[in-house]
Amino acid sequence: MSDKVKVTIDGITVEVEPGTSILNAARQIGGDIVPPAMCYYSKLEGSGGKCRTCLVKVSKGSEKDPRPMPKLVASCRTGVMDGMEVENITSPEVIEARKGVVEILLINHPLDCPVCDQAGECHLQDLSYEHGVADTRYEFDRRTFEKIDIGDKIQLHMTRCILCYRCVYVADQITENRVHGILGRGDASEISTYIEKAIENDFSGNVIDVCPVGALTDKTFRFKNRVWFTKPVDAHRDCPTCKGKVTLWYKGDEVLRVTGRKDQFGEVEDFICNTCRFDTKNTTDWVIEGPRHISRTSVISSNHYEMTPLPVIIENPKLIEANKIEFDRATKV
Amino acid sequence: MARKLLLENINVPGIHTFDVYRQNGGYRAVEKALKSMTPDAVVEEVKTSGLRGRGGAGFPTGMKWSFLAKPEGRERYLVCNADESEPGTFKDRYLMTHIPHLLVEGMIVSSFALGAKTSYIYVRGEMMPQIRILERAIAEAKNAGFLGKNILGSGYNLELYVQPGGGAYICGEETALIESLEGKRGNPRIKPPFPAISGVWGCPTVVNNVETIAAVVPIINEGGEEYAKVGIGRSTGTKLISASGNLAKPGVYEIELGLPVEEFIYSEEYCGGIANGKRLKAVVAGGSSVPILPANLILKTINGQPRLMSYESLSDGGFPTGSMLGSGGFIALDEDQCIVRNTWNFSRFYHHESCGQCSPCREGTGWMEKVLHSIENGHGKMSDIDLLVDVSKKIEGNTICPLGDAAAWPVASAIRHFRDEFEWHVTNPKAAMEGNYGLAHYADPLPKLEEEIQN
Repeated sequence: MSDKVKVTIDGITVEVEPGTSILNAARQIGGDIVPPAMCYYSKLEGSGGKCRTCLVKVSKGSEKDPRPMPKLVASCRTGVMDGMEVENITSPEVIEARKGVVEILLINHPLDCPVCDQAGECHLQDLSYEHGVADTRYEFDRRTFEKIDIGDKIQLHMTRCILCYRCVYVADQITENRVHGILGRGDASEISTYIEKAIENDFSGNVIDVCPVGALTDKTFRFKNRVWFTKPVDAHRDCPTCKGKVTLWYKGDEVLRVTGRKDQFGEVEDFICNTCRFDTKNTTDWVIEGPRHISRTSVISSNHYEMTPLPVIIENPKLIEANKIEFDRATKV
Repeated sequence: MARKLLLENINVPGIHTFDVYRQNGGYRAVEKALKSMTPDAVVEEVKTSGLRGRGGAGFPTGMKWSFLAKPEGRERYLVCNADESEPGTFKDRYLMTHIPHLLVEGMIVSSFALGAKTSYIYVRGEMMPQIRILERAIAEAKNAGFLGKNILGSGYNLELYVQPGGGAYICGEETALIESLEGKRGNPRIKPPFPAISGVWGCPTVVNNVETIAAVVPIINEGGEEYAKVGIGRSTGTKLISASGNLAKPGVYEIELGLPVEEFIYSEEYCGGIANGKRLKAVVAGGSSVPILPANLILKTINGQPRLMSYESLSDGGFPTGSMLGSGGFIALDEDQCIVRNTWNFSRFYHHESCGQCSPCREGTGWMEKVLHSIENGHGKMSDIDLLVDVSKKIEGNTICPLGDAAAWPVASAIRHFRDEFEWHVTNPKAAMEGNYGLAHYADPLPKLEEEIQN
């Protein structure tokens, strides 16, 4: 017999390997029931649990112990049990809590999207568009920081940071010593490298890709263009340090930016090296594979006319009810 | 006089030294446990005693011990949580200063019960004198053969270390304490796994409060059943209460659980009433993180029963009209104290001590503090009061560790019980800056439950 466990998320049952987190089980189902994740990154060991946007309600613990869990749990760090029943968008409690988390994430975020390079591919933008409220109730000064250069290619603008710790985990994985971490405590904490040193590593540029907001940006791309005016193209090259599989972002004939290939959850498929990212910006360096597919909900694909059916929403009346706003928005072409 | 189990010999001169402590019956529990009991029997005895964690949560200690995973070939650790930093709580410091050998003895017995070969006492960094006292006590016990290799010829080895912390409130949370003990930044871990499975250096670990570990000594000396006779219901034994605020005689008192709150405040044996002949306005019954209660609700529960100092009675009424025993930090506020200012002060503390790991607590505590600050200083709006309630709800239960709850509860409860005072601050900012709201109706007898009569 298979040793897979059965988990039901918003009424949809899926069989997954034991030890999978609820979030990853939901990602196997796909569609709108996937909880948003600002800090969890499947390629970074130990990440997750911090932003609290992926909170879900466990209405039945498992087949053996059917008691519901007393609090909402972070789906990215909670493992599934056999027979577990999870409510995500069907639970008003979860939606309310998520709204609260978004509001709280935004109180110290500058909302300078018009001048931010991340705009258009910012997870916080997507999150607040989907779950946030229109106006803020926060009337005090937001915290601000000076911009810091981490090396000559990466700029840290701490004001925009939501302290997801993803870049800390990247630095921990690529370097042997602790060179990049958090200083300070509470809402005064800030990301910093050891006495503002550069992270000296061939893979340090990946902190830009993992950053869900515009706190870590590519200095070779800063203020060059808006992402939705650029065209993503998959390409590869024979790179001695990394796999060399990247996405090139074209404006006309010019390669403005090189990033890792991001999947539908905004996670890169492979980390790429700094040479690929910063130093090889000519078409002749690359073998072009074809246009990069970008989800149609993203602003980047606003000029592409493709329609994919929404796999989950249409079949499940309970979900249609729970997801009315998104459903209307998605079906209004 | 009520029965004293922990502080019985506290007034004996020189009790902090090994010799005097030994002459007064000290280290009997170690002898009894190591010579005549098995580790499982000690755990069983603690289970029988019904001892509950004295650090705040009140989780049964015997149960916690029996959850400890015991894989072959892995070290197990006992860590004593002496990172006492809750505003209003100072019982552990008192115990460690005056009778350190009680803690050392408790550590030996508890480590024996859990099979730990190395144990740590994690002391808050600010308590430098207590760290020295404990280290001296450990050295004395080691000289006398109660620590080290082959204790009392039983073949049991134990090393006991004192680890100073960095002075962060968050390191009182058990997983943050473990991180800090390992030399990392004191951020709480995401649970599960719980420390009983994977704690210090990935090994099974039990973290207990100072008072919990000290209470193991009388349990072993007198037997679990005898200990369970003290106290009331499921709240067995005695508890150290740190009484502070506007009391005639503030200080650390050992009480039998089940003592009426009224007796504790007003009797000469304990706090001796409110200082300067004033009247009681409000009480924070268990350290700053538990809900604050007005005078009428702290003396009587909503059903008209007298409120007792016990885990159950203090939480009677649940969140709407109850509080918690918590860590026993009993703060009394008299009629001249401003609840808004007090709430702001607590809020400021939690804002300062939030570790900044998860978003609701990191941003929400700061938000609450700023709103409370503006209300207290006469810039508040009526809508701010509802905003505070809403923000506290957004934090509560959505965070990694209980600090979020601890920050949310005082604010939510203060607004629930003292809403008129908050509104008065908004409508009369000038008067609020110059004077205070006074006692108002907070000590009035509770109204009869009309709904119940009608039904």
